[in-house]
Amino acid sequence: MSSIRVRAQIEGGVTNVRALISHPMETGQRRDQGGNTIPAHFITEVKAECNGKHVLTANWGPAISRNPYLSFQFEGAAAGDTLKLSWVDNKGDSDTTEVRIS
Amino acid sequence: MNSKRRVFLKGTLAAGTVGVAVGASLLTPSTVLADWPKAAFQANSLSDALKSALGSDSHSSGDITIRAPDIAENGAVVPITVESTLSGVTDIAILAVANNAPLTSSYKLGEGTKAFVATRIKMGETSDIVAVLKANGQLYSGTKEVKVTIGGCGG
Repeated sequence: MSSIRVRAQIEGGVTNVRALISHPMETGQRRDQGGNTIPAHFITEVKAECNGKHVLTANWGPAISRNPYLSFQFEGAAAGDTLKLSWVDNKGDSDTTEVRIS
Repeated sequence: MNSKRRVFLKGTLAAGTVGVAVGASLLTPSTVLADWPKAAFQANSLSDALKSALGSDSHSSGDITIRAPDIAENGAVVPITVESTLSGVTDIAILAVANNAPLTSSYKLGEGTKAFVATRIKMGETSDIVAVLKANGQLYSGTKEVKVTIGGCGG
């Protein structure tokens, strides 16, 4: 299953995108019960493209909450177009998903 | 001697070294985080973070709306919405001034993307939230204070 849940709805020419990503977003400052530092593990970049066109690039630090939420709006798309959303984290893991604008 | 065996051993040894380097995440930072503005996220003052993320720290207050709770009971999850009527916005940065590293996130907007971003951030303590927008090469900022009951950065 994809780590990204995304919804893109168009209304009055403006596409409203809401996305939820499951990710621990560890800051690298927390310690476990044994007192060992839990290594930092967080998403550094989220990219959104529509019809191959750049919509938004987010650079994230560890101060974004666990299981991040991201919402943004853009113009110039039509219902049925495909929005592509992808993320990369500081360990090199990544995920991509595509959603139809409705 | 079996020369093929030598070659094979050499090969596995080399591959093993690379594997270990990747495993210890010695290689990942340079390859994976090529575009990630590390300095901006490590800067511990507002002006350093802005200079590093947006190229300047001189900003004037602009027409920017920050929607966030007045009191956040849990600093680990503070919903923030930044919105503006300014035109030609290319960048948005959201900073929590009192955090060790104030920059929480920055956004590059494509053509046609509205000056609107919503996310959830972690806050260590009560702090001003500053949103800085770059429009037509100029920086504009807006501020809103959020009181935090329980900090959400460490533990």
